[in-house]
Amino acid sequence: MAFRVQFENNNEVGVFSKLTNAYCLVAIGGSENFYSAFEAELAETIPVIHASLAGCRIIGRMCVGNRHGLLVPNTTTDTELQHIRNSLPDSVHVQRVEERLSALGNVIACNDYVALVHPDLDRETEEILADTLKVEVFRQTVASNVLVGSYCVLSNQGGLVHPKTPIQDQDELSSLLQVPLVAGTVNRGSEVVAAGMVVNDWCSFCGMDTTSTEIAVIESVFKLNEAQPSAVATTMRASLIESMS
Amino acid sequence: MMEYIDGIEETKPRILCCQCGTVIEPNAANMCVACLRSRIDITEGIPKQAIIHFCKGCERYLKPPCEWVACSLESRELLSVCLFKLKGLNRVRLVDAGFVWTEPHSKRIKVKLTVQGEVLGGAVLQQVFVVEFTVNSQMCEDCHHVEAQDYWRALVQVRQKCDNKKTFFYLEQLILKHKAHEQTLGIKPIHEGLNFHFNTEAHARKLVDFLQAVLPCRYQQSKKLISHDTHSNTYNYKFTYSVELVPLSKDSVVCLPKKVSNNLGGIHQICLVYRVTNSVHIISPVSAQIAEVSAVAFWRNPFYSICNPKQLTEYIVMDVEIMKNYDQKTFPGQGAISQKHVLADVWVVRASDLGRTENTVHTRSHLGHVLKPGDSVLGYALGDSNVNDSNFEKLNPSQVPDVVLVKKYYGSNKSARQQRRRWKLKHLNEEYSNFQKETNDYIEFLDDLEEDREYRQNINIFKDTSKLIPVDTDEIDDPTLPQITLEEMLDEMTIEEVEMKEIPES
Repeated sequence: MAFRVQFENNNEVGVFSKLTNAYCLVAIGGSENFYSAFEAELAETIPVIHASLAGCRIIGRMCVGNRHGLLVPNTTTDTELQHIRNSLPDSVHVQRVEERLSALGNVIACNDYVALVHPDLDRETEEILADTLKVEVFRQTVASNVLVGSYCVLSNQGGLVHPKTPIQDQDELSSLLQVPLVAGTVNRGSEVVAAGMVVNDWCSFCGMDTTSTEIAVIESVFKLNEAQPSAVATTMRASLIESMS
Repeated sequence: MMEYIDGIEETKPRILCCQCGTVIEPNAANMCVACLRSRIDITEGIPKQAIIHFCKGCERYLKPPCEWVACSLESRELLSVCLFKLKGLNRVRLVDAGFVWTEPHSKRIKVKLTVQGEVLGGAVLQQVFVVEFTVNSQMCEDCHHVEAQDYWRALVQVRQKCDNKKTFFYLEQLILKHKAHEQTLGIKPIHEGLNFHFNTEAHARKLVDFLQAVLPCRYQQSKKLISHDTHSNTYNYKFTYSVELVPLSKDSVVCLPKKVSNNLGGIHQICLVYRVTNSVHIISPVSAQIAEVSAVAFWRNPFYSICNPKQLTEYIVMDVEIMKNYDQKTFPGQGAISQKHVLADVWVVRASDLGRTENTVHTRSHLGHVLKPGDSVLGYALGDSNVNDSNFEKLNPSQVPDVVLVKKYYGSNKSARQQRRRWKLKHLNEEYSNFQKETNDYIEFLDDLEEDREYRQNINIFKDTSKLIPVDTDEIDDPTLPQITLEEMLDEMTIEEVEMKEIPES
């Protein structure tokens, strides 16, 4: 299911939050509206925690993570790191990395199995990334843009890329990632898709400006409707009925 | 080959329009053209209706702020008037404009405009729209004057109590050069002068100030009560300015009062007026001493001409003897001596008496630099003439020269000289000047302009293209004949005609 949310009148929700299959980080804002929108949807399944990195609210752009782990930049303070470690489940490894391109969210896009990274990313960071997040790493560009983390949103079900990505590139990326990709926009035509939305395997949050067409594209490529519990009933219906009869 | 091209075609990404979901190629706004149009109106700041003003009397349109242009329906000029009225066109790029046909009597003009504008993130949108202009009638200022029978409120009377009109010709050229006549409702020539009519007193006042700046004159003001409202305490007057020019013209001889001659550095009392600009320039023929008399100084102690250019007689120079500098008498407190003139002793014979008499007349003249034996020269026979002037009567007869030479004479063949003249002047009022053109005064004025560079530097001289074919100049082959060089002439502009109308007496 995709939801429209807003962070203090700002539609770039991907900047102020980080959503994975195992946890959700939300920036500390003036009001709790943004946090409670996430909490209402996710609190039953995964921890939703307040966090800041190096005193900034733009946590979505500064860190990268998945079900297995979380990478934070080396500017993160010890207290912040301690808070995150305490709040996250033990299965999630939190790791600080020393990287020149410190906005990790902008230079790395990943799901639970693969990661696309900026071509100039440090060799060491790449190794830490592969070890901590347990992913296969590819140096790639999206629509000739090196900031793959900004122009590409991935989940285990699918991916949304910059609207100007040529079909050939889409095919290539899709074969690397082993998930279907689609070119699209969020927030009524914005090209910076990762800044405008966050997604995991069953749920997505996007900016308040996102149109119904964009929502429809997002829901179809990330297969958000099928991920509902009722999907069990629909996809398994035939076999269930067969076994019961 | 075909497959290859197809392959290229397919690499172009397709996205869904974020608004309506149509498949489109991605653009700056990531929206389809239809959605972009419906969301953004680049013609927002441009009015879709406007009013243009039209004068029924002269069928002209008002081009703001105050210009009236004549243009037919669906003409380029009218289009420019229409576009001028539209504010906000500078924010977009105008690609095309044209008229949509409307019934000529409908008082509506429709203009179809195509504009391009940049919208969010650099996408360029083109839009076509129609602006409707309502034609309102408004009387233009010129028609207003006609309707009001050229009603005037202020009058400037310029007068000169003088036999010849050279100063007036000079004044006409000055007025033309400085465009001082622009506010006049009309100019009427009358005996001894001109009348200028104005709409407001301020305009009349401006002309009077102009006259005072360029010519030696004095003025008197009077007003006549036309109507009077006791309730609002307003008075309606007609104003009249009477401007009197100094009654002296170039080439007249004056006799200064003793007092004036002392004030002007002891200049000889018999003097020649050699130029009239904003002051009267006089020169003494016996000492080449010069002086300037301003209007104020003149009216304090007025003096009058004792000989007029009409009385000029022709003399033949028999002998010239340039005076050496040390021969000239000087005295303390003497005024300036002209450096442009050369003092000489000249012996002349009256042209009509040439060959009949041996008696040459001796005189002293400031024209030593131009005269040679055998030349013709114009002068006044002061000794033989009967002068009625109080200052002249008080003068010691021994101090009065027999002959005052005024200027060199370049032959009596005036028509040949006029034919040779390749320049012309403009005139205020065509009918008036056509009448005046043939008069002796006017021709002499033109001669004066040719002879005196400083005299003509304040006026505009135009090339006469009709006379540029070289005429046979055998008759005049005098190389000393003064001419106006081509550099001093202007090319004539024949775009606008300054119209002057007749003024009914009121």
